[in-house]
Amino acid sequence: MLTRERKRTQVVTFLGLATAGALLLSACSGSSPAGGSTGAANKEFTYLSFAENTSIKDTFTSLSTGSCSTAEADAKLKVDNTPQAAYDQSIQLKAGQMDLPSIFASGNSPQIAKDIESSGALVDIGAELSDMGLEDAIIPAAKSTIEALYDGKVYVLPTEFNVEGIWYNKQLFAANGIEVPATWDDLVAAADTLSAAGVQPFSADGQDGWPLTRLVGNYIYRSLGPDALAKVADGSAKLTDSEYVEAAQKVADLGAKGYFGPSVNSIDYMTAVNQFLSGDAAMFYMGSWILGNFNDPEANKIGNDNIGFMPFPAVEGGAGSADQLAANVGVPLAMSKSRYDDGAKQWLECIAKNFGAQSLKDQGVITGFKVDGDVGEVPALTQSVQDQIATTTQTVLWFEALFTPKASTTSQTNASLLVTGGVSPEQFMETVQADLDAG
Amino acid sequence: MTHVLGDRRAIFMLLAPALTVYSLIILVPVIWSFGYTLFEGNAIIGFDYVGLQNFQLLFTDAHVREALSFTVRFAIVLTIVQVLLGYGLALLYVFVLKKASNLVRTLAFFPVVLPTVAVGLLFQQLFESAPRTGPVNGLLNVFGIESVDWFGSSTTAFWVLILMESWRSMGFYAVLLYAGLVDIPDDLLEAARLDGASGLRLVRSVVLPLSLPVLLSAVIFSINGTLKIFDSVLALTNGGPGSTTTPLTLYMFQTSFSYGQYGYGSSIALLLTVLCLVVTLFIFRSARRDLTKA
Repeated sequence: MLTRERKRTQVVTFLGLATAGALLLSACSGSSPAGGSTGAANKEFTYLSFAENTSIKDTFTSLSTGSCSTAEADAKLKVDNTPQAAYDQSIQLKAGQMDLPSIFASGNSPQIAKDIESSGALVDIGAELSDMGLEDAIIPAAKSTIEALYDGKVYVLPTEFNVEGIWYNKQLFAANGIEVPATWDDLVAAADTLSAAGVQPFSADGQDGWPLTRLVGNYIYRSLGPDALAKVADGSAKLTDSEYVEAAQKVADLGAKGYFGPSVNSIDYMTAVNQFLSGDAAMFYMGSWILGNFNDPEANKIGNDNIGFMPFPAVEGGAGSADQLAANVGVPLAMSKSRYDDGAKQWLECIAKNFGAQSLKDQGVITGFKVDGDVGEVPALTQSVQDQIATTTQTVLWFEALFTPKASTTSQTNASLLVTGGVSPEQFMETVQADLDAG
Repeated sequence: MTHVLGDRRAIFMLLAPALTVYSLIILVPVIWSFGYTLFEGNAIIGFDYVGLQNFQLLFTDAHVREALSFTVRFAIVLTIVQVLLGYGLALLYVFVLKKASNLVRTLAFFPVVLPTVAVGLLFQQLFESAPRTGPVNGLLNVFGIESVDWFGSSTTAFWVLILMESWRSMGFYAVLLYAGLVDIPDDLLEAARLDGASGLRLVRSVVLPLSLPVLLSAVIFSINGTLKIFDSVLALTNGGPGSTTTPLTLYMFQTSFSYGQYGYGSSIALLLTVLCLVVTLFIFRSARRDLTKA
């Protein structure tokens, strides 16, 4: 009896252990990457997008039914989304698990793509395009921006090419007798006049911080020259040097006078856009991607004709000049080597040839690709920005472009404190420099 | 059955599956994370052995000092406020509302079941100063006081966080402490009343000493919960303005997953674990001493 009971106990425990083991094994075994040896998986061209960015995926979808239908027949486009705030974590995990999608937004900081590239997981897009005879598919200005961002290499696609500057309300300028400012002093004088007339001079997204630090970065480029922040990145200059602190001081002075409006730290991106588009603020520093919003008649209450664009003004006696526009490549896309099969290759070729025209036609977004073919009617403001890009020979990056992710976060989260007097310009620069020094 | 449970091997065999699962999903990651403290890097670029460098960094990193200071201040203030409020509510249930306390208990408990993010958004709207004026600033304006930018300074943001968390959790501590208070025998209270004790005197001399064990549990719950605060801060201030309301947990999360420094992130996690352990041991020890004295 006892023996039988013991035997039964052993059987039960064995079964228990076996079940637990099986569960654990099934939990530990992830899905195998689609780029593996299974033939069926190669039939997909997966794109991982920022959930907030709709223009790229919409352009891809349009391409899949139009110019890229041949590639689509070979590898079907599949779009997945991850919120931008959680994107870096997600892409790092996927890279760690060798499960990167075919093509993906390369993250919030250029450092993410640099890390992935250093592990050898990315397609050398520049070389691939050369092999296809498409060296000139990426316009020179966009190519130089990519090279400046990614240590001289081209392994991302410029789905946007944005120049940044100050958009202004022509009517408010005219009503207050203001000429388009050519220097920083003119800009401050214009803001003084506007503020005295009861008009908020600038609208700014203080919640995200970067539109404020962009001003600091631009001032540095204008006063110290286009290589000023590269010197900080390579350690030959420090943000705590007086000439760099001066930039933070100038922007803090604007904040101290209340030129960014009340509670700027609570203003989010869309609120800042709406403040400008409803005529509540006279100026708005932003990239040309904002043209999409400007071209929307429902959101734009002041009218497209009423908006002007000026490059960030020069600083008198400075080493930089106003024609060195700040530029970026929007959401650069990288491609995974492990999924770079014939289908993905066809898609790359098709994107390089057609993305620029499709995006401009459907979304009104200027990309870093050469535009071939019919783009329909382009709004006048978009056309003027495109013309400005065409005449731009030298571009500069933004304040945090060459920073580590930690220093970027510190810079952007402390930006609103800088303009509300919560931290002094010296403290601001010291904090960011400390994170840069920590590496 | 007695035979089975009397056999050590059988007990081990019965426990083994659960123990294996527990070890694999709790202990292994904990030990793994402890191991990471000696490395730097992440899943993409790989890991390099750096010895005790991460611990050295813990002592020199200004962000850690700021986060630690915020975490400790926040935990102390919030623990005092939420346990006191909870105790006050529990006394109200037992001695004032008595049998009619059901409705108030339910209402006070209601915020506990609300999702943290929803509560965070609610308080963001309540204390908003721009672009719209929130109800709190609206009320201030009625009395001729100018709107306050609640999330624009670390002090005001800190107190809004304390207010939100107290509102959210006092119902929980009220129920916890209520359970302790209803356990106090009625005849003991009656005897105290006959001896002339009433009101504050009754609470101080009879109710408080008798509810001390459950009060102690509440304090331990609270201090550990508040030291590890994460979601409320993320939803309400996201650590701002600047990083002035960033607790260790949020800094750990950013370090590991946004900055890709798994090793240093694990070191911050270890610091937090040690902090929780020290505080809990301290409370246990001081409480034991008090009880012996009594």
